[in-house]
Amino acid sequence: MFFPILGRVLISADFWQASLQFAALLLLPALGGLLSERSGVINLAMEGLMLIGAYVGVMMAIATHSVWLGVLGAVIAGGLLALVHAIVSINFMANQTVSGIAINLAALGLTNFLLPIQTQGQGIRALDDALRLPQLHWGPLANIPFIGPVLFQQNIIFYVAIIILVGIQFLLFRTNIGLRIRAVGEHPHAADTAGVNVRLVRYACVVSSGLLSGLAGAFLSLGIAGIFNQNMTAGQGYIALAAVIFGKYTPVGAAAACLVFGLGEALSPRLQDTGISANLLGTLPYLLTLVALVGLVGRTTAPAADGVPYEPASE
Amino acid sequence: MQESTVITRSEEKSSPYAVEMRDIYKAWPGVVASNHVNLQVKKGEIHALVGENGAGKSTLMNILYGIVKPDSGEVLINGTAVHISGPRDAIRLGIGMVHQHFMLIPPLTVAENIVLGSEPGGIAAPYDRKRARADILALSKRYGLPIDPDLRIEKLSVGQQQRVEILKMLYRGADILVMDEPTGVLTPQETDELFLVLRDLVKQGKTIIFITHKLREVLEITDAITVLRRGQNVGELVTKQTNQREIARAMVGRDVLLRVEKTPANPGPVVLHVHDLEAQSDRDLACLHKVSLDVHAGEILGIAGVEGNGQTELVEVLTGMRKPTGGEITMADVKDGQAGTPKNITTMGARGVRVAGMSHIPEDRRESGLVITESIEDNSILGRHRWQQFSWRGMVLQLKNIASWAQKLIDEFDVRTPSATAAMSTLSGGNQQKLIIARELEANPIVLIASQPTRGVDIGAIEFIHRQLIAQRDAGKAVLLISAELDEIRSLSDRIAVMYEGQIVDIVSPDATEEELGILMTGGHQDPQ
Repeated sequence: MFFPILGRVLISADFWQASLQFAALLLLPALGGLLSERSGVINLAMEGLMLIGAYVGVMMAIATHSVWLGVLGAVIAGGLLALVHAIVSINFMANQTVSGIAINLAALGLTNFLLPIQTQGQGIRALDDALRLPQLHWGPLANIPFIGPVLFQQNIIFYVAIIILVGIQFLLFRTNIGLRIRAVGEHPHAADTAGVNVRLVRYACVVSSGLLSGLAGAFLSLGIAGIFNQNMTAGQGYIALAAVIFGKYTPVGAAAACLVFGLGEALSPRLQDTGISANLLGTLPYLLTLVALVGLVGRTTAPAADGVPYEPASE
Repeated sequence: MQESTVITRSEEKSSPYAVEMRDIYKAWPGVVASNHVNLQVKKGEIHALVGENGAGKSTLMNILYGIVKPDSGEVLINGTAVHISGPRDAIRLGIGMVHQHFMLIPPLTVAENIVLGSEPGGIAAPYDRKRARADILALSKRYGLPIDPDLRIEKLSVGQQQRVEILKMLYRGADILVMDEPTGVLTPQETDELFLVLRDLVKQGKTIIFITHKLREVLEITDAITVLRRGQNVGELVTKQTNQREIARAMVGRDVLLRVEKTPANPGPVVLHVHDLEAQSDRDLACLHKVSLDVHAGEILGIAGVEGNGQTELVEVLTGMRKPTGGEITMADVKDGQAGTPKNITTMGARGVRVAGMSHIPEDRRESGLVITESIEDNSILGRHRWQQFSWRGMVLQLKNIASWAQKLIDEFDVRTPSATAAMSTLSGGNQQKLIIARELEANPIVLIASQPTRGVDIGAIEFIHRQLIAQRDAGKAVLLISAELDEIRSLSDRIAVMYEGQIVDIVSPDATEEELGILMTGGHQDPQ
């Protein structure tokens, strides 16, 4: 009963297409979190940043009748909320874990509060196709059996995410800016004495995490779901953080981790015919996270100064 | 018009000073770190800045480098008044600094560390590894500082890391080089090499400010000396016209005994016996190889060696903080000059060996000697908290007894503190160390393990600690002294064991020359490379 269904799912193009879509959705906040952690600021806020992005994206799209202005709004909203985390962590040197969780709770509360007010208690109706992010269709490539739907019939943001992945991998390990980011995350004092502006680098990285998470929020609400629901991120931001650690703080590693988690998320709804409880199956991605962190990765080394506020005149 | 001529004239008038700091004042809450200090460093000289811990040397240099902002005062570079608001400004003005704790990033390569912040091509460019490499090799050739740009910092010896720090300054075009305690971590041979490099740099037109507390080095390498005490100028000396005694008196404000006074040792039976000890480091690599030692009652056995050759792990194994992978440690009590039955303490653990009669002055007092945020009273019973007088059945603290015990330690060991309930972190390093020593010695141990007992404490406290260690020896204790300061090892020890790569390579008399010890410390080869 179980294995025949599993087998059928694993060879279906639909399952792989969904897996890659989930992976791309996780990848954006993961890359943002990675930049932040690499620069030495612990970032748990991706969950809230995504949620605010998802909300503002939908509201802006409806208000302006433009999906692209919606995306822009989502990105800016994520960036602004991340700026709060940056100010609290970098200037006020507050506990970064607490700040991140506070931002997540604030984003949840704020969206729950604003949604009924802005929609007169109606909630949001499913968006028209014109207000949704387009699925691309790469001509003849998209018609190749199996490969076509999996790789060449994805949402536009899927391809954007891959370009950003390549870009951040290059930025971090092949550019002078990347050298500075890594230096600041490992040993901010050394970077400071070498003439690097530690705070500027950290601000830029934390705000980038907000821009990317905001984009992921728009992908979720304007792309995948076509609607905004309360708490629709449902822990994805935390899974993205796990992917950063699972991927040993490298963009390519994080992408591989996102793929694993994406498979888990796509698998659970497709196994419901097996008679296993849907709620139980829903825990699959999260169990996978635990197994991955404990078994497959073992000890990972975070940047040496991750989570340590930097105070220039402390010595 | 009038004004512009004035400016031109003052610029034309070339100053003999590369660095002039005038009337620098800086106060932290509760402390005046720099009390109207002046410093004049001539172009092309090596200028010593000396003083005890807390004298204000680092504050002054951090002001010069833009890390600390002065409350008032003026800085002139080559005769021009400048405003330095951060390391970036300092670098632009040609000032470079090698910090006491190296400012290097272990997982990055030599080249990445050197170019960081001044990368070829500017901030927006891709990282140009080839050009960075070529630039560094050219510099390294020009100044005689050989290095492989592609190695990661974590693979380098301390001496090589220092070379990277010097190259880092030169890469940024620094003409004024500040070196904060550069020889503290070097072997005698590496120090000689460093001095050759410094002389060469001066020949090429650089100016060097050399911060140190080693008076012998001041006399050997510098041209002029500025002495600070408690944030104030107390002497400007010309090196050729002064001597160690005069500098020391200026630093401390009174005559100091530079040599330790002691009578010949009168060693008794073997108390601590270590046989074929083996252990692994934190990274699971073998770090002790068949280490065997005997420490007698009434002697100080010194362990010399470049840091990182297994001394730390040896101390951890002896004090029960690290499990050995082989070998045996025994300890015997001494009564009336006769040793009792040796007790095997190999696997007793930290608590067990303390109960058996071992005291331990740890190398890092903040890490394993004290709970820095807690009071002196609490810290005075750390590791002895189960003693009956301090806790009822090992559970309920006997606060009155603890208070009087802490007061006793404070009085007998001259720990300077406003009160016994003050947090440990409010004391100076020297006074923190005195409290640890008081606690460990008052336990009346059979064996005393003293690891870097004078690290980061000032000359006055060093003198006191040295006398205490000699007194322990004379009282018939077995003392094992581990120190990176060769002078300290030579002046206190009755025998010296030299460690290299986890082995005791030889045991020599304290009359061995510094040169002989240095050769043993680097594995018996002349060339420390």
